[in-house]
Amino acid sequence: MALDQSFVGRTYPPTEPYEVGREKIREFAEAVGDANPAYADPDAAKALGHLDVIAPPTFVFAITFKAAREVIADPQLGLDYSRVVHGDQKFAYTRPVRAGDRLTVTSTIEGIKSMAGNDILDVRGEVHDEAGAHVVTAWTKLVARGAEEE
Amino acid sequence: MTVATQIAYADVEVGTELPAATFPVTRDTLVRYAGASGDFNPIHWNEKFALEVGLPDVIAHGMFTMAEAARVVTDWVGDPGAVVEYGVRFTRPVVVPNDGTGAVIEVTAKVAAKLDDNRVRVDLTATSEGKKVLGMSRAVVQLV
Repeated sequence: MALDQSFVGRTYPPTEPYEVGREKIREFAEAVGDANPAYADPDAAKALGHLDVIAPPTFVFAITFKAAREVIADPQLGLDYSRVVHGDQKFAYTRPVRAGDRLTVTSTIEGIKSMAGNDILDVRGEVHDEAGAHVVTAWTKLVARGAEEE
Repeated sequence: MTVATQIAYADVEVGTELPAATFPVTRDTLVRYAGASGDFNPIHWNEKFALEVGLPDVIAHGMFTMAEAARVVTDWVGDPGAVVEYGVRFTRPVVVPNDGTGAVIEVTAKVAAKLDDNRVRVDLTATSEGKKVLGMSRAVVQLV
């Protein structure tokens, strides 16, 4: 079933703030085996000019994808989430995410396409801090593989 | 914010290779990543489920592979905050068998372009079992 094209350009209200914790950053860095001291040692992060420990570049995906999932769960959109795979992912940073940040995500559906029986959905998530300053933008391309011919 | 890195823009040429790295992935790795990232999709830990949806076996989270590839860049510059853009295409899954060995992700990277404002574009390749698992994998990095 084709997706509802009228969703293109639709922007959703910002999410509730997500508070970035030092221990959550440490847990993520350990899970990817990354011993960079900027992720775990506040003094090392400060020596690099950061206010507190910073998060690895892809850490913020957990926050933006949660917001994107709420958007794509809209039954009116018609996306079969069980068939979705991650196509592309991109981030553009104004500054790194750091401990103590309270981040909100504003999601926009940038594009809906149908190619070779697959539905392709582009979602942009703008991440801002508590002061309203831009931190990072995440672009996520999701591909819903077409159903088998019946 | 000041960005402190060890790599000087003037010392880098188009074609400069970053130190390559290999990253092992086992089922244990994927369970840890699921917990840390909040992505509990069973294709990343449940073999029966993965087979039922047509995959050859459990596969790694694409975002795990993206995180590992980034390490080649952040280990090079020292300050992870120097990464100003990072994007990938997920071209093929990393299959992780439950054989005690798992899989290995091999990452190479080189400077592909020198940009304005002491920035460079780094192009990455990530392979597993000799096959490309990321495409269009690029980072823009702020140097000094």
